[in-house]
Amino acid sequence: MRKVAIYGKGGIGKSTTTQNTVAGLVEMGKKVMVVGCDPKADSTRLLLGGLAQRSVLDTLREEGEDVELADIRSSGFCNSLCVESGGPEPGVGCAGRGIITSINMLEQLGAYDADQQLDYVFYDVLGDVVCGGFAMPIREGKAEEIYIVCSGEMMAMYAANNISKGILKFAKTGNVRLGGLICNSRKVDNEREMIEEFARRLGTQMIHFVPRDNDVQRAEINRKTVIEWNPKCAQADEYRTLARAIETNSNFVVPKPLAIQELENLLMEFGLMN
Amino acid sequence: MSDISDPTLDGSSSTSGPGSAPPDPNAARDEMLKIYPDKTRRKRAKQLLVNDDPEKPAEIGANSRTIPGIITQRGCTYAGCRGVVIGPMHDVLHITHGPIGCSFYSWQTRRNLARPAPGQINYLQYSMTTDMTEEEIIFGGEKKLAAAIREAYRIFKPKAIAVYATCPVGLIGDDIHTVCRQAKAELGINIFGFSCEGYKGVSQSAGHHIANNGVFKHMVGLNDTPDAGEFRINILGEYNIGGDAWEIDTLLRKCGIHVTATLSGDISYEQVTRCHTADLNVVQCHRSINYMADMMETKFGIPWIKVNFIGASSTAKSLRKIARYFESKKLADRVEEVIAQEMAALRPVQEEARKRCQGKTAALFVGGSRAHHYQDLFRDIGMTTIAAGYEFAHRDDYEGRKVLPTIKVDADSRNIEEIEVEPDPTRFRPRKTAEQNAALEAGGFSYRDYEGMMREMKKGSLVIDDISHHEIEKLIELYKPDVIGSGIKEKFVIEKMGVPCKQLHSYDYGGPYAAFTGAANFYREIDRMVNTKVWKLVTPPWKREPQVPPRLVYQPKANREELAEATKTWKAPSKAGADE
Repeated sequence: MRKVAIYGKGGIGKSTTTQNTVAGLVEMGKKVMVVGCDPKADSTRLLLGGLAQRSVLDTLREEGEDVELADIRSSGFCNSLCVESGGPEPGVGCAGRGIITSINMLEQLGAYDADQQLDYVFYDVLGDVVCGGFAMPIREGKAEEIYIVCSGEMMAMYAANNISKGILKFAKTGNVRLGGLICNSRKVDNEREMIEEFARRLGTQMIHFVPRDNDVQRAEINRKTVIEWNPKCAQADEYRTLARAIETNSNFVVPKPLAIQELENLLMEFGLMN
Repeated sequence: MSDISDPTLDGSSSTSGPGSAPPDPNAARDEMLKIYPDKTRRKRAKQLLVNDDPEKPAEIGANSRTIPGIITQRGCTYAGCRGVVIGPMHDVLHITHGPIGCSFYSWQTRRNLARPAPGQINYLQYSMTTDMTEEEIIFGGEKKLAAAIREAYRIFKPKAIAVYATCPVGLIGDDIHTVCRQAKAELGINIFGFSCEGYKGVSQSAGHHIANNGVFKHMVGLNDTPDAGEFRINILGEYNIGGDAWEIDTLLRKCGIHVTATLSGDISYEQVTRCHTADLNVVQCHRSINYMADMMETKFGIPWIKVNFIGASSTAKSLRKIARYFESKKLADRVEEVIAQEMAALRPVQEEARKRCQGKTAALFVGGSRAHHYQDLFRDIGMTTIAAGYEFAHRDDYEGRKVLPTIKVDADSRNIEEIEVEPDPTRFRPRKTAEQNAALEAGGFSYRDYEGMMREMKKGSLVIDDISHHEIEKLIELYKPDVIGSGIKEKFVIEKMGVPCKQLHSYDYGGPYAAFTGAANFYREIDRMVNTKVWKLVTPPWKREPQVPPRLVYQPKANREELAEATKTWKAPSKAGADE
């Protein structure tokens, strides 16, 4: 079983990219479980066709200790398995602690056991690695390969660099490695070249450049992944390519985060090229 | 230091007792410090001083962070706030917002007794908590807190509810103050919260400050009805451990002095709300409540003086000081009469104890004022305090309030709210005219006058702030004091080394020790403790049996042989030695 976590700046398209990529993997016949680690519990909406899912933490709250795996795990597109960790309302409680509790609960319930015959588990993690809770998937080997979704925008690259620092920290004590950057294009000047160069300096690769396409938005309105909504469209093939790239990836590294000045220089170099 | 005419009261002139000469204090200090790594030693060296010049106390490192790895005596901010300062208010419902442990372990552990008047209520036997679990940590505990307040109100209908934040509440950011405000509006009683998360500050001292602020903001001044009675005072920083406040009350009543409120020992909510109507604040524990004394003076014009009702000579001195403030001949005469009466009863007990205690030594490591105050009791029976230190006091408690302007406020202290107080537009009332104060002060009377512990300690004694277990062990080894006063965390370590230990936070199961009547209890207790033969009669197991060498589990056979060999060659300690 490959244990994958998707990180990236808030709003960059982690959940969308994760689900569309997972759709590509399940279409290939892989057995995949997606664990949403966002208190909003919206990481599996496209695979499930809506927010029908009861989160692990809500279930735990309502049912007490007596929780079954079936209560918190639903089947989505092509038998993908979907779990939402859930968490508190904005501004209260501790979402980080929630993720820790939730992943421990999944382990106790045997969601990762060999008899589940999973090929992949995907963690879709909220925003930056702000505290111990959000680092849970990369701590203690819950996730072993990380993909960072970013674009050519300064703040997205800045976040990617920061997440690399988090990976570096945990790589020293565990098996976590960076598998690559997924560029979710925002149509920034020289975006592909810049992210390729950024990835190179981090010591990794740009595993795929996902072009910007309104079909993604159209599929989302229909509560579907692009592959399910229109298997024939060009964007569906982009996600298939990304899924294949992950499937065949063997480039796993301990990242070398950039100094801030180096990151700024990179932007100057590529952003002002024309 | 005693201003009582009876010379036998003053034990400071006592000759040193039998036994070997005391060690050189500087050598002892070096010996205690030498085990530490450089950085730790540098820091501890500032907190571990030889009192070279009691007239001009050296600067001590106090109220600074404990070094991780050192076994400290200190407690947490929650303990200082809920446990010490506000906990003793007997008809306020105290709700701990946090996991069960914080509440359970603060349940009646401090022996702050209450004996409410008929018709009054006492909630001190209860321990109330929101019992936060993982669910509230994740989803927030505000709803559970609101529900707990409503439930407590429904059952008890108290006049006031106080809510205390524990560590996780601060981490997840529950807004207890808004919850309290809303509950106050809904239920129509006084409800307020304290952000006294345990991790704040460097010790429980931060909790005292937070408690002072909250009591001042939410309770003091709500009821302007003054007490009937002449010579109305508040006692600040007296927590009625083992009934101390009752002894002081009785004594003051005999003198004709009326106590409006004792903050906080056996005190009702109503007393707190009108304590601003008194005419003088007398401060017993300076560390825990000087903030309140200052704020009440600024807002209401009540001056404060430092007193000490622990020890006969100190009690007499304090009574005289109060009488002098009120400038009443009637009161002064009555105070002298009472002192004479009380001393007549106390003197035989004191002399009896002194016969056996004279020349013996004590060490005190407790509190923010007790390590100072109890030296007076020991002095009364001819004993010398060879070393003393506070757990959580600041420099002013060691060196006197004169150093206040020179105390560096560090980041830890800045984290604790300092409230701005203004004179109350209608209720500020100076208790004396400027001329009266000038005349009083010209006659040697002084307000806000804490001189600190070091001035009253002998030259060459050790002053040790936030003492560690290692230093206690070394101290016992080098000085062999006859008794140590400290807390529960040290008690059994000390007693295992053959030195009796008196808990001075909770008095073990004893007390009261305040005022003349309490002093008699203390003399008897210390006489009993330092003169008992129990420590010599008991042979500890490690002197009776061979010490088992460290066992290597993978060589059990070899070890058995070794042990058998050790047993064969071992000789029983002689009975005669144990009986002497």
